[in-house]
Amino acid sequence: MTEVIRYEHVDISYKGKRVVHDVSFSVEKGEILGIVGESGSGKSTLIKAAMGLLGKDGLVTRGDIWYKGMDLPDLKPREMRKLCGTELGMIFQTAGSSFCPIRTVRAQLYEFMTEHKKIKADVFENQAEELLEKFGFEDPKRVLDSYPFELSGGMQQRVGIAAAMLLNPKILMADEPTSALDVTVQKQVVEEMLMVRETFGTSIVLVTHNMGVIRAMADKVLILHEGEIMEYGVTEEVFEHPESVYTKKLLAAVPKLRR
Amino acid sequence: MKIRLIFFGILALALVIASYFSEYLCPYDPYLQDLGNAKAVPSAAHIFGTDRYGRDMLSRVIVGSKTSIYSTLLLVAFITVLGTMIGVFCAWKGTWVDTVLMRISDVFLAFPGLVFALAVAAALGGGVHNAIIALGAISWPKYARVARSETLAQKETVYLRAAKLSGCGTWKLIFKHILPNITGPILVTAMLDIGTMMMELAGLSFLGLGAKPPVAEWGSMMSDTRNLLTTHPWVTLAPGCAIFVSVMIFNLLGDTVRDWLDPRNGR
Amino acid sequence: MSVVLAAEHLTKTFVSQGRENYTAVDDVSFSVESGEKLGIIGESGSGKTTVVNMITRLLDVSSGTIRLDGEDITLKKGKELKEVYKKMQMVFQTPTESFDPRRKLGDGIAESLINYGMKKKEAMVKAGQLLELCGLEKEYAARYPHEVSGGQCQRAAIARAIAIDPRLLILDEATSALDVTIQKEILELLDKLKTERNMTYLFICHDIALVQQFCDRVLVMHQGKIVEEGTPDEVIRNPKTEYTRRLIESVL
Repeated sequence: MTEVIRYEHVDISYKGKRVVHDVSFSVEKGEILGIVGESGSGKSTLIKAAMGLLGKDGLVTRGDIWYKGMDLPDLKPREMRKLCGTELGMIFQTAGSSFCPIRTVRAQLYEFMTEHKKIKADVFENQAEELLEKFGFEDPKRVLDSYPFELSGGMQQRVGIAAAMLLNPKILMADEPTSALDVTVQKQVVEEMLMVRETFGTSIVLVTHNMGVIRAMADKVLILHEGEIMEYGVTEEVFEHPESVYTKKLLAAVPKLRR
Repeated sequence: MKIRLIFFGILALALVIASYFSEYLCPYDPYLQDLGNAKAVPSAAHIFGTDRYGRDMLSRVIVGSKTSIYSTLLLVAFITVLGTMIGVFCAWKGTWVDTVLMRISDVFLAFPGLVFALAVAAALGGGVHNAIIALGAISWPKYARVARSETLAQKETVYLRAAKLSGCGTWKLIFKHILPNITGPILVTAMLDIGTMMMELAGLSFLGLGAKPPVAEWGSMMSDTRNLLTTHPWVTLAPGCAIFVSVMIFNLLGDTVRDWLDPRNGR
Repeated sequence: MSVVLAAEHLTKTFVSQGRENYTAVDDVSFSVESGEKLGIIGESGSGKTTVVNMITRLLDVSSGTIRLDGEDITLKKGKELKEVYKKMQMVFQTPTESFDPRRKLGDGIAESLINYGMKKKEAMVKAGQLLELCGLEKEYAARYPHEVSGGQCQRAAIARAIAIDPRLLILDEATSALDVTIQKEILELLDKLKTERNMTYLFICHDIALVQQFCDRVLVMHQGKIVEEGTPDEVIRNPKTEYTRRLIESVL
């Protein structure tokens, strides 16, 4: 197995206040890493740092994030933009709001693709339809024709994931991808992300507060609390035999369905 | 930010206070004619020169501030209160009352303001009071719009539902919860409007529909002296500059208040 | 056991021009017994929020009857409605937004007390006591909603809701926006208050596991109708409808 991305002793500050401290982990090809934590734990900050999305107040103050020999926080914005989409894909909590409301899905996906490579409209059309079919959309043409608001929240999220996969990135960074969804749709999205790993061999870094989603998807799990790693290991082992006090408390608080 | 607010606030306040005591600040009697010294060039004795009746321009500009600034503030206060009342009422009530009042405000907004004010002022006759009424009649819709949309937004908030469940009646909901939460944007609109209103009042006076001579008012002073513009420019420029400076002070204060109240400031 | 709240054939139809009428809630009947913790679960669009809005009279019903303590409150307005709110209070999903941003938490908690005739000074003292009852120091009364965490704010919201000793407390996704560890603390607080003050809860939630843990009885709503009713264990182990089965299977 090859390593795709590696965080080494990363510290991140917001407005001079340290929010992430000494976080190290690595993700291998085709691996799904779940990052769990409560609000304010710094879990989203971790993947934003890799994507260059910290904003003007955020800063990686120590450590490196290695991707293909490049230290991501040190890249110039222009170099970063080149990587985003083609090498590193991103899924947000509400994919719907990352679409422009007044243009069709087709126009937006096409623009997204042409930004990174030259492609003829008909070639794009075939590729997009093929991809949407893989994601289980019965009528890809209709999806492409529609405006974002015409799709339900769940559909938007699924289209968002499909869109992130258009350029076949090596890593997918997913920030609470299922948290805004109903449970039945949530399950579908989880299955689709597993399909993505299966079909494309994509590595996924999954940030969420939902233990169920982690249990269902992640190979490894990293538990974050107030910016520090509490526990990091194979998901089953951490869930079955938690070692840190915080992990135990966290797992005990999650309501479990008694079937 | 805070320094700017204090700076412009003090400047504006100074202007208002100075205009209140304007009679005591003039070096000469602003209404005293001295035909022997008419149209005098600015000098140490008469910094802005004298007009065609030999009245000291500096004194007239200072005294004029009282009419100009006070009628502007009165006007803005009047339309702010009126507009807010109408806007909140519309938003709270909804139904056909809202529709009717908002269509009326649409009509007012559709006309070019000053032209409409001219018509109203002409119908009512001249004088500062009538000019204020005329401008007030055409300017309230802007405030009603702001107040209405802000109130509608507040009506949807969770806290207002919580307040309802706490047993608050309509009046309590409006005065204790809605009004305090919508004053910010309305105040900003009003502050930014002071400059505009001052210009429009001066404009009406310039056209002879505001303050009547010999009452000193900047707009009418400019109007009186406009045929002297080429030969004795200072008599027109003095009130002009006064308008320019005070409009600028109030506008900058308005801008600062807006920036200051902006929640994105992270106060 | 007496019935605290009874909804009979509640229906809400939204009428909008140029579009088809939309029935958000369709002939829903249920009742809540005194001292009971009744859960309503459903996904977005199931109509559970509309039901709550009708019960709290923040939304008019299209047809049907709501009885609180045997009294018909369906059409109550103004002063009469104020009396109704003495018996029924609510905790909202978003704690921070449920307080007026320009007023302190203490003012919010004391508001209902003052509205029902208590003196301001007395009400503020009571607000402090209520905060302590809900696990916060009374100094929190002087804080603004944005100055406290979501969990703390929700405790204050519960303090506000129980201030006038209501019989029925409606919890509309009251723990959904909170972290799981905080959620657990809030549920423990609610259980404590229930035993101390003999409260009745109507617990609206989308998390079936949470309902199983907290509630005595559960209603499952789907597309505006109640499709299933029973104890959580019954419903989860032997779902009668296809929808409920799918819902339970989806839980990860």
